[in-house]
Amino acid sequence: MLELRHRGGCPGPGGAVAPPPREGEAAGGDHETESTSDKETDIDDRYGDLDSRTDSDIPEIPLSSDRTPEILKKALSGLSSRWKNWWIRGILTLTMISLFFLIIYMGSFMLMLLVLGIQVKCFHEIITIGYRVYRSYDLPWFRTLSWYFLLCVNYFFYGETVADYFATFVQREEQLQFLIRYHRFISFALYLAGFCMFVLSLVKKHYRLQFYMFAWTHVTLLITVTQSHLVIQNLFEGMIWFLVPISSVICNDITAYLFGFFFGRTPLIKLSPKKTWEGFIGGFFSTVVFGFIAAYMLSKYQYFVCPVEYRSDVNSFVTECEPSELFQLQSYSLPPFLKAVLRRETVSLYPFQIHSIALSTFASLIGPFGGFFASGFKRAFKIKDFANTIPGHGGIMDRFDCQYLMATFVHVYITSFIRGPNPSKVLQQLLVLQPEQQLNIYKTLKTHLIEKGILQPTLKV
Amino acid sequence: MTELRQRAAREPDAAPEDKELESEVKIDGETASDSESRAETAPLSTSVDDTPEVLNRALSNLSSRWKNWWVRGILTLAMIAFFFIIIYLGPMVLMIIVMCVQIKCFHEIITIGYNVYHSYDLPWFRTLSWYFLLCVNYFFYGETVTDYFFTLVQREEPLRILSKYHRFISFTLYLIGFCMFVLSLVKKHYRLQFYMFGWTHVTLLIVVTQSHLVIHNLFEGMIWFIVPISCVICNDIMAYMFGFFFGRTPLIKLSPKKTWEGFIGGFFATVVFGLLLSYVMSGYRCFVCPVEYNNDTNSFTVDCEPSDLFRLQEYSIPEVIQSVIGLTTVWMYPFQIHSIALSTFASLIGPFGGFFASGFKRAFKIKDFANTIPGHGGIMDRFDCQYLMATFVNVYIASFIRGPNPSKLIQQFLTLRPDQQLHIFNTLRSHLADKGVLTAAVEDE
Repeated sequence: MLELRHRGGCPGPGGAVAPPPREGEAAGGDHETESTSDKETDIDDRYGDLDSRTDSDIPEIPLSSDRTPEILKKALSGLSSRWKNWWIRGILTLTMISLFFLIIYMGSFMLMLLVLGIQVKCFHEIITIGYRVYRSYDLPWFRTLSWYFLLCVNYFFYGETVADYFATFVQREEQLQFLIRYHRFISFALYLAGFCMFVLSLVKKHYRLQFYMFAWTHVTLLITVTQSHLVIQNLFEGMIWFLVPISSVICNDITAYLFGFFFGRTPLIKLSPKKTWEGFIGGFFSTVVFGFIAAYMLSKYQYFVCPVEYRSDVNSFVTECEPSELFQLQSYSLPPFLKAVLRRETVSLYPFQIHSIALSTFASLIGPFGGFFASGFKRAFKIKDFANTIPGHGGIMDRFDCQYLMATFVHVYITSFIRGPNPSKVLQQLLVLQPEQQLNIYKTLKTHLIEKGILQPTLKV
Repeated sequence: MTELRQRAAREPDAAPEDKELESEVKIDGETASDSESRAETAPLSTSVDDTPEVLNRALSNLSSRWKNWWVRGILTLAMIAFFFIIIYLGPMVLMIIVMCVQIKCFHEIITIGYNVYHSYDLPWFRTLSWYFLLCVNYFFYGETVTDYFFTLVQREEPLRILSKYHRFISFTLYLIGFCMFVLSLVKKHYRLQFYMFGWTHVTLLIVVTQSHLVIHNLFEGMIWFIVPISCVICNDIMAYMFGFFFGRTPLIKLSPKKTWEGFIGGFFATVVFGLLLSYVMSGYRCFVCPVEYNNDTNSFTVDCEPSDLFRLQEYSIPEVIQSVIGLTTVWMYPFQIHSIALSTFASLIGPFGGFFASGFKRAFKIKDFANTIPGHGGIMDRFDCQYLMATFVNVYIASFIRGPNPSKLIQQFLTLRPDQQLHIFNTLRSHLADKGVLTAAVEDE
């Protein structure tokens, strides 16, 4: 047991790491030899700091060393530390935004890969925190099992979504057809193998730890993996459904910070003492305006507006279509008070801009709750940042904590208000049926289409 | 917090269970002093004996070992009889029972969480847990009910709106709970609150999703509900009997009472039982037909033409068995072949669900999940093996048995845009023409 405790220090990339405080452990170590003298058993003592009733006796988990690149440090060495921090944050913000633009330019496939990369990194960050909290880095099998579960769940989700969108590609290859047909069964079998490995790996003295890590992994998967797949589904709906929500959240972050910096006075919530009501409300209005303008600008281009499709002839993703009504300019008559202000009768807007108001409102009002959740999480586990990946900002999770609720909201919004069922999925399910059933459906559809006048009755085979 | 500990202190009439726990702990190879201190300080025992007085008096003259055996046996028969009664009462009652079992399991696991973290007094938390249970149930019931009650839903205006915006409404409800959680975070209790949040969500994931898969299976046909559950129960009982009479080699350190002899004997016995049971049940329409909601009579009906799975077919026996039995062919339902797969899963992988629950109980130092059923423990103790089974059956049905539902496909088709409809229609037509199913004669009908 003692080796497990010695390795409890953070195994991160930094060099000098403070070893975790020894008071609790020393007491536990003593108690191991004298088993009858204490009220709680030794195993309970080991978890004493985990299950403690108050947070005050939990040791702080040290983070690895500063990762700011040397160049930046040298360039900013002349400034005071407050401005230096501000400059580092600013430079990194601009770097991230430019990287974002670059990837948008490179297309949907790269965006998908980016989302996947971010998901894996977020998962890694949260799991590493779990290891540090429970000092369970040496649990048998556990690292392998966590990554294995990540792989399984990703396989399941990618199989469900990709199969829909790549229907034509999949139809050609025999092995892929087999994989698609029995996809659920294969995913379930893979998951079961991991579950059985977990049960077989339970070691007598570490039961509780192992169950904690199992639950930690599953909750992390639930948060990161499901929502990254919702992001990809939104992306396939049209890149604008991916860009406008993410930009709204980023804009809200930045403008709330700026408004709070210049005008901030009343604190918003005890969890995050730096947030203020002025920042919150100012951020809300600026985000709505920003969303409105961004939606207007992006709605003009087919590249952003069309659903992403995979064309088998060119073997790549194309975004070419007739823009739907959402993205065609329409005339709206202004309500009377706005008429007086703007001195116009009507205004031409894309209907999508109305939706963007809903999206920006959500991003400003409810999105911050995701940030408060992450702040509470960091305070609960006494960490300052999720990781040190981005200098000045913390880990990837720190940047994306508000995005998660947004992704789910956009997906739910689209399925409820915008689109109906996915046509390629309907087609795929049709092709799986028995020929007699297909024939019956064919006849029903034909009658329906002729009634509606979509199909001409004289059409020959 | 001290009241909680005193309430959980061991009571004198739980002596038999006490001895069992000590002997189990000793088998783990720990020292006597450890087990003693553990027994007297284990704060999470649920020790009040719930055996009804009637049984206590009737069995008062037997020794405690046989008394325990009798109590377990009587309760087992009572539960099986109860099961039969509910099957007789029909699918609606079954659905309600499944929901009650789910709520009870959720309650048991959450109570364990409270006990583990001494968090019974956390602000809001009990309310939030039950609220999340309600939200997730609303979401799942909405998804399933909309499919099966499609015509009923379309008729009633409020139901139609609820079903059209179902996902949005469920998400909003969940979000409200999420925001309430964030607002309820209290400075000194952050970690506890996050633990309980995580605990609630994992419990929901296990309990609620799988109870809904059970209901999906039920709607597929009551045989898909009854045969898997019976196989798991049979495996439990058979493995116990084989282990009792022939048991020698321990199976896994987690559950020292399980033996390889019980495992293998239980496997063969369950496969045979599954074959027999499915033979018996495949003859009756009420078990074999999908449950449908009839608009005219406003109730559930199970009336249909049994599918190919449930029609007797002749199978030629491989030569090996031919010489043994003396028959060249045998009449079986194809479903019986599937039942072999189901029983195999129930015997080989189902026990892992039991080991998982055993590990969980050891990790949190509890003997049983609760004391609901005398002699057996809580509802979770009875249903721990069932969870994997329910998911497996659902995946099995979705992958190997039924394809997509044609009427549902037509419904989805009708909601698409005209150009999408035309595109799908043309693709389907070329597909059928390629397959040779669609000829000019058929086209002109």
